[in-house]
Amino acid sequence: MPGLEDLYREIILDHYRNPRNRGELACPPARRAEGFNPLCGDEIVVYLVVDAEGRVSDVKIGGQGCSISQSSASMMSAAVKGRTLDEVRALNRAFKALMTIHESRLEGDEGDGSGTDTPVPDPAVDLGDLAALQGVVRFPVRIKCATLAWNTLTNGLEELAQPA
Amino acid sequence: MATLSPAPHLAPRLDVLDARRVRAEFPIFERCRHLPLIYLDSAASSQKPRAVIEAMAGYYETCHANVHRGVYGLAEEATGRYEQARAAVARFIGAPSAREVVFTKNATEALNLVAFSWGRANLRPGDVVVLTEMEHHANLVPWLMLAEQVGVELRYLGITDDGHLDLSGLDAALDGAKVVALTAMSNVLGTLNPVRRVADAAHVAGAVVVVDASQYVPHLPTDVSALGADFLAFTGHKMLGPTGIGVLWGREAVLESTPPFLGGGEMIRDVRLDGFTPNELPWKFEAGTPPIAEAVGLAAAVRVLEGIGMEMVRAHEIALTSYALRTLDARFGADLVVHGPRASAERGGVLSFSFKDLHPHDIAQVLDQSGICVRAGHHCAKPLLRRLGVSATSRASWYVYNDESDIDALAQGLVACSELFCL
Repeated sequence: MPGLEDLYREIILDHYRNPRNRGELACPPARRAEGFNPLCGDEIVVYLVVDAEGRVSDVKIGGQGCSISQSSASMMSAAVKGRTLDEVRALNRAFKALMTIHESRLEGDEGDGSGTDTPVPDPAVDLGDLAALQGVVRFPVRIKCATLAWNTLTNGLEELAQPA
Repeated sequence: MATLSPAPHLAPRLDVLDARRVRAEFPIFERCRHLPLIYLDSAASSQKPRAVIEAMAGYYETCHANVHRGVYGLAEEATGRYEQARAAVARFIGAPSAREVVFTKNATEALNLVAFSWGRANLRPGDVVVLTEMEHHANLVPWLMLAEQVGVELRYLGITDDGHLDLSGLDAALDGAKVVALTAMSNVLGTLNPVRRVADAAHVAGAVVVVDASQYVPHLPTDVSALGADFLAFTGHKMLGPTGIGVLWGREAVLESTPPFLGGGEMIRDVRLDGFTPNELPWKFEAGTPPIAEAVGLAAAVRVLEGIGMEMVRAHEIALTSYALRTLDARFGADLVVHGPRASAERGGVLSFSFKDLHPHDIAQVLDQSGICVRAGHHCAKPLLRRLGVSATSRASWYVYNDESDIDALAQGLVACSELFCL
């Protein structure tokens, strides 16, 4: 059985105890997206302002949930602030890849990845603090907690692509 | 319910359940990979004693054939075992006749059978169905579906702040009611509801009473007549039996007025190309090959519970619940909020709680590291959790194999949670 230290890294606990970018933004100009995890009742609200150059100029996080969903949301907010939408999408892809990493790689067996649909992390994308969440894949029921904020953000970005 | 007379001068105490001896009959507790199993999730599913596992294996090894079909001796034997199981269940719940005991897949299917077969045949648009705010989704969603499909009106009895059923609006709710469907014991709050009182009032109003007894039958002496129910649903796997078998008990007259639920083999007397004649009770509701080995296992579970004595089971759980409430209160005070009644005589052995600002997911995860299994989430009772103002709770529940040491381990585990998250 994997140990708790794989899941609850110090950086994660720090984001949980001291969440970054917590709050609300006026809509408009901000866009608001809501995400739910129906299994555990976790709820994330993402407020997003994208400026004229297509950069995330401000982001706030609301809602409530467990340490993993809350710290993941906090880290995400810090990671996307000031980034272009393309950079945000690349981060999202890299994070999803981290969350779907193939079990054989956990055992130290690199494999060639052939014959699987496992997304391969892009080494060019630096996940920063978010990389601390990689231990979550050892606890499969918690993966949904970690990805809730990102799925909510993705929905918000899709809405942005539509005319207001 | 009879109370047990204390006899402190006797050693060993014969009036107290010896959970250690009971636990020795459950092979799963021998599973000791890293640390002992501290199982506090019996409200979700109980563990299985050796007698149940062996009864099922023995059935398959020595006398399996399909039931109610073959003329050969083996099939007769299998049919006998299956029908003996029905008789054992009837005896266990005080049913006047085994004809009133229908085997289903689980309690959920039993409740769906009532809503869809009895409900569709007997309810008209605008008819009133009274439910409670503390129901499990299994006793909510079938009625919500009936509201959509037939147009029945749903009314709800609320709960008081201390987790009891609020009966102040009962008379008004019953006005024009055709059905009252309620849980005998909440799977979240542990509340034991005054089923008899509600049933009497419902009958005066001319309503049929449907009781979800999933958390009740495994833990308290049950007499369907004393409860005043017309239908009563429960499941095998929460009462030491196997998964895959549930029970719907119904008063004979009410079952007779209920059309078949699923169609197929077993449930018919005759089939023509232009129609069919259903079988008699209870087989009319048992389409297809039934869960035979599961019925044999359930009968073995009934014998185990009868061997312990259901009044002993109840007394043990009252004692453990009192101990848990005392222990958690002394250790954590206001940091730990128990949802539901405070008096252990008014509740079953199910304890939902909120601990500091910790999320139940995190609590259950940290407890798991100490081998402690508790449930975290909404417990399939989302409307109730909304009423309580929480999105999830942690829930510990106990049974015949638990004792005070399990509660102590839980308290110790909660200290570890608190320390890890520094809250």
